[in-house]
Amino acid sequence: MLKRVFSYAFLTIAAIISFFPFLWMIISSTNKSVDVTKGRLLPGSYFLENLSNLLETVDLVPALMNSAKISITTTILSLLIASLAGYGFEIYQSKAKDMVFNFLLLSMMIPFAALMVPLFRMFGSISQTAPFIGIDTFAAVILPTVTTAFLIFFFRQSTKMFPKDILEAGRIDGLTEIGCFFRIYVPTMKTTYSAAAIITFMASWNSYLWPLVVLQSPENQTIPLLISVLGSSYSPDFGVIMTAIVIATLPAAFIFFIMQKQFVAGMMGSVK
Amino acid sequence: MITVKTKQNIQPMHSTRSLRMKNTAIGWSFIAIATVLICLFYFYPMVQALIMSMQSGTGTNLTFVGLDNYARLLQDPTFLTTVKNTVIYLIIQVPIMIILALFISVLLNDKTLKLKGVFRTAIFLPCVTSLVAYSVIFKYLFGQDGIINIFLLKLSIISEPIQWLTDPFWAKVAIIVAITWRWTGYNMIFYLSALQNIDHSIYEAAKMDGASPFQIFFKITIPLLKPIILFTSITSTIGTLQLFDEVMNITQGGPGNATITISQYIYNLSFKYTPDFGYAATVSYAIVIMIVIFSIFQFKVAGDKNA
Repeated sequence: MLKRVFSYAFLTIAAIISFFPFLWMIISSTNKSVDVTKGRLLPGSYFLENLSNLLETVDLVPALMNSAKISITTTILSLLIASLAGYGFEIYQSKAKDMVFNFLLLSMMIPFAALMVPLFRMFGSISQTAPFIGIDTFAAVILPTVTTAFLIFFFRQSTKMFPKDILEAGRIDGLTEIGCFFRIYVPTMKTTYSAAAIITFMASWNSYLWPLVVLQSPENQTIPLLISVLGSSYSPDFGVIMTAIVIATLPAAFIFFIMQKQFVAGMMGSVK
Repeated sequence: MITVKTKQNIQPMHSTRSLRMKNTAIGWSFIAIATVLICLFYFYPMVQALIMSMQSGTGTNLTFVGLDNYARLLQDPTFLTTVKNTVIYLIIQVPIMIILALFISVLLNDKTLKLKGVFRTAIFLPCVTSLVAYSVIFKYLFGQDGIINIFLLKLSIISEPIQWLTDPFWAKVAIIVAITWRWTGYNMIFYLSALQNIDHSIYEAAKMDGASPFQIFFKITIPLLKPIILFTSITSTIGTLQLFDEVMNITQGGPGNATITISQYIYNLSFKYTPDFGYAATVSYAIVIMIVIFSIFQFKVAGDKNA
C-alpha cells in the first residue's frame, strides 16, 4: 500500500515537472511581459496582442516558410536515399557491400562539431564556382545532413522483415529491379517510412548549429535561429518570445501526438 | 514446369553470368548515392580537418605547422576548461538521468498502475521540443526573478534568490537540470520497451523465493537491461561530448567560461573570434578521439560484467 502511494506520488511529481515548462510557455504567451516577470501563472488575454507584436518585430512567417522548405526537402531526399541504400544492402547482399556498409556506419562516430569547420570551408570554396549551392543557401543546409548512416541502418534492419518472395513474383510479372523497389517495396514499408519521416523531419526542423554557421542573411533565417536571436535580446519581451516558441513547437508537438507510435518505433530502430 | 526447363536448357552459361553481373551492378547502383554522399560529407571533411589541424593562421591564409597545434592544445587553459566542464556534465548528468529514467520506467511497468498513459506521455513530452526552444524557456525559468526562484522563495527553501545564470556553480547546475529534463523521458522509453519484453514469470519466481523489491531491481532488472543501459549511456555520452545548443542559448558559455563546452569552443574559434580554422580542427579531433575512447571503454566495461 505504501509502495503504491509512493509510486503515484513520484510519478505525479515527475509528470508535473515534465509538463510545467510547457504550461508556463503557453500561459506566458497569453500574458503581458510585465506579468510574466511577476510570475503570473494564470492565463491572460494578451495572446493576440503578443502575436501581432511578434509579427511586427520579426519575420516570423518567412522563417516558418524557410524551416518548412528545408525540413520537407530534407525529409523526402533522406528517405529516398536511405531506403534505396538500406534496400540495396539487404536485397543484393554481398561481402563487398557489407564491408562498405560497416564503413558507412563508422560515420556515426563523427561528431558534427568536428565536421562543421571543414564543411564550412568546403561550401565556402563551392560558393565561388556555384553560388546556388554555396554558403547562405538552403542547398548548403540540406546537402551535408541529408544522408545519415543511422537511417540507412534503420532501413536495412526493417528490410530484414520484408517478404522477399513477392519481389520474385514482381520480376516474373515483368517489373524491373527499380520497378520492384518503387511498386512493391515502398508501398509495403509504409510504417517504416513514416517512422523515418518523423525522426528526420523533427531533427531537421529543430536543427540549429549548422544553419547558424551556414545561413548568414536574415531572410534565410530558420525558426530555431529566430528564437535564439529573440531569446538573447537585451530587453526581452517575454510574452512575445513565448508566443514565438509556442508557434515553433506546435508543428513538432502536433506530429508527435498524431504519430506517437511511429515516433517510438523510429527511436527503437536504433537499438535493434 | 516445361517452360522453366526449356529456359534453363536454352540459356548458355555466359548469359547467366552476365545476368548475375547485371544484378551486382544494379545492387551497387542502389547504394551508390548514399555511399558517395557519406564519403563526401563525412569522411572527406575529416581528412580535410586532419590536414587543417596541422596548419595555422587566420582565415584562409594557412601555413603548415606540423604538430604545433596539438602542443598548444595541451597548454590552452580555455580548452582544458571546456574538457573539465564536459567531464563534469558527463559524470554528474548522465548517471542521474539514467538512474531516474530506469526508476520511472520500473514504476511505470507495474501492470496494476492506473493513468499509465498519462504519466508516460507527460514524461516523454519534453523530447518533442527543439533544443533551442527549451533552452530559451529554461533560461527564463532560471532567471533571477524567474519562476524557479519565486517558487523556492515562497516555499522558504532559500532566503535569497539564487544567481542561477551568473554564478559559476549554479550555472552548471542549471545546465544539468535542463538537459536532464529534456532527455530523461527519451531514455525512459527505451527502458520501458525493454522491460515489456522481460518474461513476467521471472519476477513471480523471485517473489516466491522471497526476494525484496530492491533485490529484484538490482539482481534481475538491471542485469537483464544491461545491453539497453549500455546503448543509452553511449548515446548520452556522445551527446554530452557534443553539447552546444543548450549552453549557447542558456548561458552562452558564461559566466566567464564556467559552462563552455568543446563544441562551443570550436564554434567560437571559427566564427566568433578571429577565425583560426587550423586550431579549431585540432580541437575537433580532440572530440573525435574522446568519443572513440569513451565508446571502447563503455563496451569493455559492459563486456567484462557480462562474462
